Amino acid sequence: MQYMLLIYTREAEMKQSTSGDQGVMMKEYADFTQGIVKSGHMRAGDALQPTSTATTVRVRDGKTLQTDGPFAETKEQLGGYYLIEASDLDEAVKIAARIPGAKSGSIEVRPVRVFAKPA
Amino acid sequence: MGAPLLDIECVFREQRGRILATLIRLVGDIDAAEEALADACEAALSQWPSEGLPDNPRAWLVRAGRNKAADRVRRALLFAAKRAELELQLGAEAALVPALDSDAQAVEDDLLRLIFTCCHPALGIEAQVALTLRTLGGLATEEIARAFLVPATTMAQRLVRAKTKIRQAGIPYRVPELEDLPERLDAALAVVYLIFNEGYTASTGSQLIRRELSSEALRLGRLLVELMPERSEPQALLALMLLQGARRDARVGADGDVVLLEDQDRSLWQREEVQEGLALVEAALRRAPPGAYALQAAIAGVHAQAATAEDTDWRQIASLYSLLLHINPSPVVELNFAVAVAMADGAAAGLRLVERLAESGALPGYHLLPATQADLLRRLGRHEEAAAAYRAALGMVGNDADRRFLEQRLAQVSAAKSQGGDSCR
Repeated sequence: MQYMLLIYTREAEMKQSTSGDQGVMMKEYADFTQGIVKSGHMRAGDALQPTSTATTVRVRDGKTLQTDGPFAETKEQLGGYYLIEASDLDEAVKIAARIPGAKSGSIEVRPVRVFAKPA
Repeated sequence: MGAPLLDIECVFREQRGRILATLIRLVGDIDAAEEALADACEAALSQWPSEGLPDNPRAWLVRAGRNKAADRVRRALLFAAKRAELELQLGAEAALVPALDSDAQAVEDDLLRLIFTCCHPALGIEAQVALTLRTLGGLATEEIARAFLVPATTMAQRLVRAKTKIRQAGIPYRVPELEDLPERLDAALAVVYLIFNEGYTASTGSQLIRRELSSEALRLGRLLVELMPERSEPQALLALMLLQGARRDARVGADGDVVLLEDQDRSLWQREEVQEGLALVEAALRRAPPGAYALQAAIAGVHAQAATAEDTDWRQIASLYSLLLHINPSPVVELNFAVAVAMADGAAAGLRLVERLAESGALPGYHLLPATQADLLRRLGRHEEAAAAYRAALGMVGNDADRRFLEQRLAQVSAAKSQGGDSCR
């Protein structure tokens, strides 16, 4: 099964961290990513620019509306994701728990929906 | 010779969990397994009364259930005209057949799989409880709904949502690996103990003891002891439930009101359950550094061994609570520790601990905190403060029997206050 691991962290705290802290974090993420590439679980993964760069788009009455900022104001913000292949939820949770961001933020584990192929 | 309906009912009731557990593994889905089991029971009801019980009714029902499930798959696949998939499915089924007549160990493994799937931490605790009672306990959805005072439709939705999550999120039907076992076993034991407590001290409503839930929890506790003889935690939990449950007849008066431990008629305690519980707690304490359930069971055991309330070894209880605080710090345990200290060293010593707990802002809305404070103030003859604390407790209490008890005590201290009299104790 494929699982999307959505990484939610507090951007405000990230902004305040020193460049040394950020260097440590980058290294942790690099090690983690390499680990799941080697173990064959990795399908995709990216870090996102902060929510201050976000634009929310809606189409209403055929008109495209753009607004500055994320869809919802929350304590923790989506900061990145991994798409992984895992045999079941237990394995996916174990991998999610190894994401460096899990120690300060939270990881939402969502199974990827598979649609039946049309006959 | 045919089989009486009563015997058939008995097989269904006693073997339901085991059969379901195996069918879930064979057909790979709880809903499909429940349907298959219903089909199998129907087939049994049409055959057994005339042909008699088969040698191994459980294996018969498993086989019938599996065949019915395979029929459903075949029909569904034929309907979709997918011959290739049908062949594939039949091949997979053929590989499963040897598992049907498997030994007792395989059946026990299936039960463990079912327990750990129902008590998976990715499910909400309410869903874990409902699913455990439905699949392992075999309680009907309406019965579970009644026990938890929610509409049957709400309970049905809760079950559907849980089963859908198991399927869609890929919660495995598996006994956890050794490294995860302690944590996962804790989660399963917590579900069983929650079911027991829900039956023993109904948190809402007027019915104080819902024995069905308690006896179901005892059954599940015994099952876990049987399935995991190498672990001491299930033993400890079973001991705790037996020792607490043994008091059920003494715990509620004829009027349905709560009778405090100190006022209980100890001759009403179930001696057999006490003895069994004491033996289990001793065994659990010998085997491993005591965990939370073993310590709680040991505390219940000290109470059980006291012939009268006055004989209670409160000093030992206080030291057991302080051990429990060490491994499992929680405000509720702190409160119980304070009560034990009050009994061992006097109300004033206990009150200091309770007041410190109250000042920390712990346990908001928990009526037993002000109720305990009130009781200790009452014993110290501080009636006015006691009355205020009883009023605070009454503002939080949810259970009618507990409410009546607090109202009586409030009336007592109010009377004592107006007379300027001393404490009655």
